[in-house]
Amino acid sequence: MLALYSNPKWFSTVRGAVERLTETLGFPIAQGRSITRAVDEALTNIVRHSYSNRLDQPIAMYFRRAQRRHDGQVQQGLEILLCDRGPAVDPSKFQGRPLEEIRPGGLGLHFIRQAIDTVEFTRKGSTNRLCLVKYLAHRSSVL
Amino acid sequence: MKISARRHDKTTIFDLSGDIDFANSPVVRDSVLREIRESRTPRVLVNLSQVRYMDSSGVASLVEGLKASRDLGSRFILVGLSTSTRDVLQLSRLIKVFEVYDNEEQAMAS
Repeated sequence: MLALYSNPKWFSTVRGAVERLTETLGFPIAQGRSITRAVDEALTNIVRHSYSNRLDQPIAMYFRRAQRRHDGQVQQGLEILLCDRGPAVDPSKFQGRPLEEIRPGGLGLHFIRQAIDTVEFTRKGSTNRLCLVKYLAHRSSVL
Repeated sequence: MKISARRHDKTTIFDLSGDIDFANSPVVRDSVLREIRESRTPRVLVNLSQVRYMDSSGVASLVEGLKASRDLGSRFILVGLSTSTRDVLQLSRLIKVFEVYDNEEQAMAS
C-alpha cells in the first residue's frame, strides 16, 4: 500500500516505484513503461478532476497480484487500485477526446486504456476507486 | 525537469531534461509560448534528447506550442526524441503533425 498527498511533486517517486514493481513481476520493459504512464495519468486525473488541483488531499494505492483464465490458461498479472476521497464522479464522463483532433488535453484516458487490460471505476462509500489490471503474456510470468 | 534556452540567429533552442509531467509541464508551456508569441522567434527547437519521461500534459504543452507557431507562421521543431517521448507521441497519434528531426544539426540545416 502506498499513501500520498495529491501533490504532483510526489508522482515521480510513484513512477519509480511502479516501474521497479513491473520489472520485478516480469513485465517487458515497454509494458512496464506503459503501465507506469497509466498510473501517472490516473493520479493526474485524480488531482485535476477529483480534487480540483488541491495538493493536500489523500490518495491511497494498493498493489496486488491478479489472476485470470484466458484462452484456457491461467494468466498472472498486476492489479493497482487507486483510491481518493473526492466527490462522486460520473463514469460516463470518462471519455478522452478523438485522437484525430489536434489539440491539447484529453489524452490521459487514452494512455490508460491503451496500457491496461481492465479499467474499472467504482464508488464505495465516500471513496472513488479506480482499479487497473494488467496481465502478463503467458510465457513471461515470473510471479 | 530542467529547461534552458540558447539562441542562434533566428532560432531558439530549448534544452529539456528529466521528466516532464503534471508538476512541471506548465513551465515548458509558458517558456515555449512566450518565445513564440512575445519574442516572435521564427524557429523554435525543442531538444528532448535528455527527457526520460513525458506525460499527457507534456504532450499538451508541445501541441500548444505547435498551434501557436502555426498561428504566427513560425516553425516549431522537436529534436532528439527518446524512446519514451516517441512512444507517447505515437500513442497520441501526434508524431506526424510535428516536424521532427533526429538531432539538432539536421534541424538547423532544414
